[in-house]
Amino acid sequence: MPHKKFTAVGLAAVACVAVAACSSGGSGKSSSSSGSNPLAPSASNSVVVGSANFPEDELLAQIYADALTSAGVKVTTKFNIGAREVYYPEVVKGAISIIPEYNGALLTTSVDKTSTATSTADVDAALKAKLPSTAEILNSSAAQDKDSITVTQANATKYHLTSIADLSSVAKDWVIGGPSEFQTRADGIVGLKKVYGLTFKSFSPLDESGPITLAALTSGKVQAADVFTTTPQIITDKLVSLSDPKNMFAAQNVLPLVYKKAASAKVVSTLNSVSAKLTTAGLLAMDKSLSVDHQSYTTVASNWLSQNGLK
Amino acid sequence: MSYFSDAWNWLIASQNWHGSNGIPIRLAQHLEYTGLALIIALVIAIPAGLAMGHLRRGGFAVVTIANFGRALPTLGLLVLIFVLTSGSILSWLIPLVALAIPPMLVNTYEGVLGVDRELTDAARGMGMTEWQILRKAEIPVALPLILLGVRTSAIQVVATATIAAYIGLGGLGRYIIDGLARDEYNVVAGGAVVIILLALAVQGLFTLLRRVIVPAGLRGQAQNS
Amino acid sequence: MSWAWQNRDQIGHLLASHLYLALLPVLFGIVVAVPVGIMCVRWRWTWPPILSLTSIFYAMPSLALYLVLIAYTGLTDWTVIIPLTLFSLSVLIPNVVDGLRSVPPPVKQAAVAMGFGATRRTIQVELPLAVPVIIAGLRVATVSSISLVSVGQLIGIGGLGYLFTDGEQRDFTTEIWVGLILIILLALLFDGLLVLARRWLTPWEARAPRQERRRVVQVALRGANAGVKGGSI
Repeated sequence: MPHKKFTAVGLAAVACVAVAACSSGGSGKSSSSSGSNPLAPSASNSVVVGSANFPEDELLAQIYADALTSAGVKVTTKFNIGAREVYYPEVVKGAISIIPEYNGALLTTSVDKTSTATSTADVDAALKAKLPSTAEILNSSAAQDKDSITVTQANATKYHLTSIADLSSVAKDWVIGGPSEFQTRADGIVGLKKVYGLTFKSFSPLDESGPITLAALTSGKVQAADVFTTTPQIITDKLVSLSDPKNMFAAQNVLPLVYKKAASAKVVSTLNSVSAKLTTAGLLAMDKSLSVDHQSYTTVASNWLSQNGLK
Repeated sequence: MSYFSDAWNWLIASQNWHGSNGIPIRLAQHLEYTGLALIIALVIAIPAGLAMGHLRRGGFAVVTIANFGRALPTLGLLVLIFVLTSGSILSWLIPLVALAIPPMLVNTYEGVLGVDRELTDAARGMGMTEWQILRKAEIPVALPLILLGVRTSAIQVVATATIAAYIGLGGLGRYIIDGLARDEYNVVAGGAVVIILLALAVQGLFTLLRRVIVPAGLRGQAQNS
Repeated sequence: MSWAWQNRDQIGHLLASHLYLALLPVLFGIVVAVPVGIMCVRWRWTWPPILSLTSIFYAMPSLALYLVLIAYTGLTDWTVIIPLTLFSLSVLIPNVVDGLRSVPPPVKQAAVAMGFGATRRTIQVELPLAVPVIIAGLRVATVSSISLVSVGQLIGIGGLGYLFTDGEQRDFTTEIWVGLILIILLALLFDGLLVLARRWLTPWEARAPRQERRRVVQVALRGANAGVKGGSI
């Protein structure tokens, strides 16, 4: 009888809605740290590893998660959080226990916008001094994913370019490209003028060292571009990243940002062992596996850990 | 309410109205992309819709295209074409046009199809050629729906062009994409407000156009909002 | 594609999340739209303002709405679910009103003659007869919703949309194709399920696929500014 069917459907719909509205939104929420006693260490054998929404960070988070799981720590993951403005406070309040960060970017975007520290040691020191009391950084690795001014192999050979300073002979005829904020930030166009005395013909806004930037560089639309040092196309397109002897670009060492109460001795030692083995070359090779060979994050992470005796 | 105060502060800051990243330029770019895509889609969709409606054929195809257009994820299409073509101009134009075609096509087809057969029969009886019937009888009657289709497409394209900033396009979407990338939420908020205002303006423009173009006797027909 | 098979776990999670984000708004939408629609038919003066509101939401770019919500719901599922619910409402409310109004007057009169009170008449006579139109609207809302969820990936909450951004960042077309195909398949699946639901609920309607198809199109034309894709992305 149609009436019974309608009643059934109607009731089912309302029931579904009630259930859905009552349960906390499903997939998106992260687990908050336990414990009503703020001084007690939270379940130190269980952590939440988060990541930002770009492949390299997701890979690093996968490595952390994998290493910790092998060490017997219970891990929940919450990858691909879109914005530092969201995940940074989440770490500070403990909803996320661990996230892979880059010391320079972390410092100038979230911790101390006025800092002028550029070397690894200075940046780490500034972070240690200024981070809120609930969070800390562990050891920084040697691996860095920093900005660089990159050119094609052909141009590097033709104009004998090895460092940014060498651009003085060509800058005025060249177009430089990068993410749109490159034009205004201190270590962008402004810094190139101030630190190296370079003035380019013009600036072309592209993307964050992504396919648009690389296409523009290799096609000659721009002659120099801001490319991150672990971008795999540096290898595959044979690009040359110029050295930065005057340290215009701040250090960007990979390191774990952690919520102190989640940082048990086991967690700390595991992550520090990972950081000890992480190098820029290794990271670059892994990025290539992800973006050129299209291997999965879990495979790449697992392989690296095995190769480095961490699993 | 801090969202709106962030957006407001960004909107009234005069520096955001000057320069290559200023609101006027981004708006102009956005309108350029929208206009170009709409014109191309119009040239393809409306004649096709008119023909199919007049000949009363191809209904199945039209509905299938309509369903497909509704199901197709914009971001996915943009990204796919971008990666396949390594970022040529086609990479944003194709998805914009592709998504603009269905509304115009469906509406035009339905509009012509919905013309009273008695009217077209009478016209034929009066000795009009098929062309004349189309021009003098069918198109005027179908006009409200055709206009509605163009309006829906326009709003569609404005929205798609916003997302296309993800693959490097200029326009108002830049505020969203760049703002998200740089954690500048006041820019994101302001950009979103401008886009919403633009969508409303397009709505309003077409409502006005409808009043101007469509004869009063026909205006009551298609549901307007 | 073997890649898809190898990564089926992750894809499975994304799919589940995608369906949750897409279907919940439609569910909320229909549960709210039916009473509101009934109200708009009963008390005619409520219809014009509600119609104006729904047409505004119909035209809004979904991304802009997601962004506005961030200030209030952070980066949680609700940031996507609430705008999509508003969008579903903007399709379904005009739809319910239309469906109710399309019940032939003789039928309503017969019900009155048989002694049906106003409420009983609405629920037991008019609503069932409005079901085909309402389901046509549900089809439009559901298909659009499934597609619009992926735009949420730009703020990190996009279900299968992750395959688009990750695919772009890693230059990986296979991944993008998988996302596109899965979303389209999901849309077709739920569209089909709704057609079956209509047949189950209104067995007295002749099985006329062509009529059904045209009805969906006409619903989309009438109720909500001829949305092929609901309004805008």
